[in-house]
Amino acid sequence: MYSALARSDIADIVEKVQAHERLSFEDGVRLFESNDITAIGCAADMVRRRLNGNKTYYIVNRHINHTDVCKNRCKFCAYSRSEGEDGAYMMSVAEVVARAEELYQDLKFTELHIVGGLHPTLPFEYYTEMLSALRARFPEVHLQAFTAVEIAHIAEIGALSVEECMRRLKEAGLGSLPGGGAEVFAPEVRNRICPEKMAGDDWLSVMRAAHNLGLRSNATMLYGHVENAEDRADHLLRLRNLQDETGGFMSFIPLRFHADNTNLAHLARPRSGIDDLKSVAVSRLMLDNFPHVKVFWIMFGLKLAQVALSFGADDFDGTVVEEKITHRAGAETPEGLTVADIRRLIEETGTAPVERDTLYREVTHEEQAVG
Amino acid sequence: MKLYGTLDSAAQGARLSREQAVELLSCHSLPELGRAAAAVCDILHPEPVRTYVVDRNINYTNICISGCRFCAFYREPGNPDGYVLSTEEVLEKVGEAVELGATQILMQGGLHPELGIEFYEGLFRAIKNAYPVHIHSLSAPEVVHIAEVSGLDLETTLCRLHDAGLGSLPGGGAEILVDRVRNELSPVKCSARKWLGVMETAGKIGMRATATMVFGHIESHEDRVEHLMAIRDLQDRTGVFTAFIPWTYQPGNTALGRAAAGGHDYLRTLAISRLVLDNVSNIQASWVTQGDALAQVALRFGANDIGSTMIEENVVAAAGVRFRLSEKRLIELIHSAGFDAAQRDTMYRLLRVHEKGVG
Repeated sequence: MYSALARSDIADIVEKVQAHERLSFEDGVRLFESNDITAIGCAADMVRRRLNGNKTYYIVNRHINHTDVCKNRCKFCAYSRSEGEDGAYMMSVAEVVARAEELYQDLKFTELHIVGGLHPTLPFEYYTEMLSALRARFPEVHLQAFTAVEIAHIAEIGALSVEECMRRLKEAGLGSLPGGGAEVFAPEVRNRICPEKMAGDDWLSVMRAAHNLGLRSNATMLYGHVENAEDRADHLLRLRNLQDETGGFMSFIPLRFHADNTNLAHLARPRSGIDDLKSVAVSRLMLDNFPHVKVFWIMFGLKLAQVALSFGADDFDGTVVEEKITHRAGAETPEGLTVADIRRLIEETGTAPVERDTLYREVTHEEQAVG
Repeated sequence: MKLYGTLDSAAQGARLSREQAVELLSCHSLPELGRAAAAVCDILHPEPVRTYVVDRNINYTNICISGCRFCAFYREPGNPDGYVLSTEEVLEKVGEAVELGATQILMQGGLHPELGIEFYEGLFRAIKNAYPVHIHSLSAPEVVHIAEVSGLDLETTLCRLHDAGLGSLPGGGAEILVDRVRNELSPVKCSARKWLGVMETAGKIGMRATATMVFGHIESHEDRVEHLMAIRDLQDRTGVFTAFIPWTYQPGNTALGRAAAGGHDYLRTLAISRLVLDNVSNIQASWVTQGDALAQVALRFGANDIGSTMIEENVVAAAGVRFRLSEKRLIELIHSAGFDAAQRDTMYRLLRVHEKGVG
């Protein structure tokens, strides 16, 4: 082994990774507790190259948040409003389509990412109509919509099982599910940061049902609040177990707790760049059956997000101009990047930028005929 | 792999050749470079303490005849936005800084066409009479300029400034110590040879200094290595440098423009600096240009110091980059990187240790 690595306090774990051995819960805890971020990074970069070679993915996508009205009002969320409150809004199906149209004129995206609050009165049909209308207008665009938490809510509104709910949404045009709402599965952590939200086991059940229906999804972890290393390792192992069972997860996305404008601001740990890199690298190491780890540059900032591409992440996310949720919580990064910006940032890391679609197929643009 | 041999020997403290340094700059395995640099840093600084300094930047004038294309701060003589601070204004700022615990004053300014050595001698004496503070001021191009305006040689200029209270020289104005690059970026600023000459003279008369490198503009990898070699050679001869501080060119509001170097290039170059400069004890991270998160990561990429609180900073801010950190935040960043934090003085002596909490 490279001598500088052999002296690390996690050298034995690096050796397991080199030997393609699966890491244990205890390994995960030790990795999260270690400050040897470059040793962790060496191992994570090795796995990232094993799985994704020299490719770094990005997607041309747009986000639409159809409503900020939410019956949950999670305490860490700066985005949600109650019905009738100042700043509360709800877009009709026609408005969602018009907004998508406007965004599409600006840039031909391959994915629309749609998430919103748990609106207490919108009927089940609102969701199916939104999906059908978008699919009719943009048949080539993949609709990645509704977190597991929203799915459970929409099912309840429609008095349907989550399976039946997702079957109907899929028929209407739903392509895949985003990974939000997972937070941290450990019940004692959930009780402190989001007691209103569905239990971790329920989140996993929705995902299991989605995967069984042939809907792929992503997964997330919200870190940097009251959770400890054991909670994080436990969260990752529960995801790994479900992935062993279904194989339905595409990418994992670590999300830092952003709570500047919320009444849980006091629970946010001060930002640590080393911890941000650990969230990427340790996830890459523990989730050996997840094909991709995505760094959400809006939360990391461009400089650290770029560095994360050498610490296990192989996906730089998308060209986002409509991301409102993180910005209300005080993120300081630009709201949109151009494709050229993204490709340059990726190339600077010595990897090859690859435009992907939602399902990680490479997108090839037909060259315009030279006349 | 050939690179592993180079990294392995570097991590054990072997001196790298120019060719090996160039080879490492084209290496994209960022964590491996970082691990080697961290290993070398641990050899030089085995105690688990990383440092910061409390200081204030005072830019006594923004009037400058240099016209560097990467600078957003300067004003040409005659520009209505030009200023020169009075002695009273400077003393007031020094007083505020000392009140806030500053041990060091970093005064730098433009190359003002009319300010001779008497201006600086008067200013330094006034500060030293009023406050017990270390004056870490005047970059090498300013020293060269003062010597020219006053018709003095470098040694006389530095001796007189030193007598008046100047304690040490900051490393600014080094940019890239390759004249081809300097001629394109900052043709009026002193040559590489002159910059090195000021530092050599400072070492000769018993002063200390820091060295910087500004990268990510028009220079090549070979130019960066040339710069590092020039610093290492001079350090072998003089031992003048206390620290090396690499940072990236900030393109906002400058004539040169173009995209800023990313976090990847910053950490890679920082790590290589640690590996190449085996005779310079301290490497500083630059939170002012990189932000707090990346500066903290730099403490695991070969840097052993997170720089200063910079109670006031104007030059980088003029390029549109404004990161503000308190002493408390610097301590917190060092602690969450896994180290005890210590306030140091200009000579890197520890003044106060803040031990990292348990758990």
